[in-house]
Amino acid sequence: MKSVADSLMSIIMLCRFVYIDTAMIRYISILLLSLFSFVMPVCTFAENEAAEEEKAKIDPKSIIFEHLGDGYGWEVPFNHHKRFPLPVIVIGTDGLHVFSSARVTHGQVYKDGDATFMIAGKDSDHHGKIVEIVNGKEERPIDISITKNVCALFIAVIFVAGLLIWLARHHKKWNYKAPRKGLGAIEACVTFIYDDVIKATLHDKARKFAPYLLTVFFFILGMNLLGLIVVFPGGANLTGNIAVTLVLAILTFLVTNIWGTKHYWKEIFWPDVPLWLKFPLPIMPIIEIFGMFTKPAALTVRLFANMMGGHMIVIVLTLLIFIFAAVSPVAGGATTVVSVLFSLFMLCIDVLVSFIQAYVFTMLSTIFISLAQEHEHEKEEKKEEQNTKSVAVAVK
Amino acid sequence: MDLFTPDFGLIFWMFLAFAILFFILWKWAWPVILKTVDNRADLIDKGVEYAQSAKEQLDNARESAREVINEAQRKQAEMLRDADRMKTQIVEQARAAAQVEAQKVMDSAKMQIEQQQKEAQLQFRNQVSEFALQIASKVVKNELKDQKAQTQLVNSLLDEIESK
Repeated sequence: MKSVADSLMSIIMLCRFVYIDTAMIRYISILLLSLFSFVMPVCTFAENEAAEEEKAKIDPKSIIFEHLGDGYGWEVPFNHHKRFPLPVIVIGTDGLHVFSSARVTHGQVYKDGDATFMIAGKDSDHHGKIVEIVNGKEERPIDISITKNVCALFIAVIFVAGLLIWLARHHKKWNYKAPRKGLGAIEACVTFIYDDVIKATLHDKARKFAPYLLTVFFFILGMNLLGLIVVFPGGANLTGNIAVTLVLAILTFLVTNIWGTKHYWKEIFWPDVPLWLKFPLPIMPIIEIFGMFTKPAALTVRLFANMMGGHMIVIVLTLLIFIFAAVSPVAGGATTVVSVLFSLFMLCIDVLVSFIQAYVFTMLSTIFISLAQEHEHEKEEKKEEQNTKSVAVAVK
Repeated sequence: MDLFTPDFGLIFWMFLAFAILFFILWKWAWPVILKTVDNRADLIDKGVEYAQSAKEQLDNARESAREVINEAQRKQAEMLRDADRMKTQIVEQARAAAQVEAQKVMDSAKMQIEQQQKEAQLQFRNQVSEFALQIASKVVKNELKDQKAQTQLVNSLLDEIESK
């Protein structure tokens, strides 16, 4: 290992003495680094043959699900054992308990007053969650802990609110003058969603629903992008968590139905179809009611699956290195190069996907809301909007 | 599967987080941003409209300016023509007047000349007749000394009258 590094250094030094222009040095160093990454696993393998046994026992499934899921502490970068503790808040059998997650992180049992808490082990039903031990049995308390995801959620809230208030302050100060640079990019997103999606679909009701829809867009976009950052402010797989997307979809469902017009409800319970389709057996009303609930379900699953998929691919690509390194050092070296390039590529795609998914969620929410805003005379428009909807669905 | 079962705690906090974010943005961000964005759109629309109308006005102004210039040129030409005509007219008139005057002068001169001529003729005739009478009387005094000559004269005078 040491000899390889030495020889690399000497080659680099040689490049400096022999006059080669800087671009050339750059190319050569990239080449050497990739070579180094190819060779390194072989060297480590040779040096740590004793540790080989342990390293071979990676459990990819648990690693993947640990990274995709939630946790009671925040991982410290480059250290697998230390975790930044976060507060655990549970309502157990005898009331509220608040304590630091450091007390239970490594499987310890923590006694808070009369109640006993621990994180459930691998073979438990509540694997990885806080459980209260009552009479020797594990019971799940009402758990509203500030977990890693909750913490990331509030970071996203601060991040998004900060950016948009910054933009609002600029507008207050400079009135109609367009901002430049970073703020300009944020404003471009605002006008993109507001003009092309909200105004184009909701027309005169755009101003009424714009705050909700824009908030949804920026919240999702913020969470998506923060999720792509590997270390502290990001790293939580928020939009790839079904609870988060479910809440967003429920909110859209509530907005749609609370502000729905009379005509919208009439279309559900007494649609414009031949009588036999709705009278003795309410076939169409049942389908329509079913449709009311499939819309938010589709929203939930689309965002969740897309974002989780992106994260999963990157983790799997990274894990491939370790899996192949366990098989053969040479294969591990080759996989390193390929995996790093691929996961870099996938992360770039994920940046795009982050934006597209936020856009698609907002657009579909807008369409669902606009479908519930119809009046009797707007029937021709409905067809148009359904066309838009089918196009939008075809996009994803 | 852990991933597909939504966690109650996270749902609770997500609702809360969204509510907080929505409240913050609804209160301090969106009204300002949307108002400015709408205002700016209006301003741009108005600007475009204004520019269009300004261009139209400019075109109109150009058109009317051209008309005014044409009119002025026409008037100028007309005036020049008028002046020219007037000039020739005046010259003509002057010429005619001069002619008339000249004619008058000439006429009166002619008349005077005639008058004087007549007078001169009359005077001359009178003188001539006076001289003739004197001569005749003298001649007659001389001639009538003999009879024969007298008869001869009477006869010649008679012949003259007859021939007339």
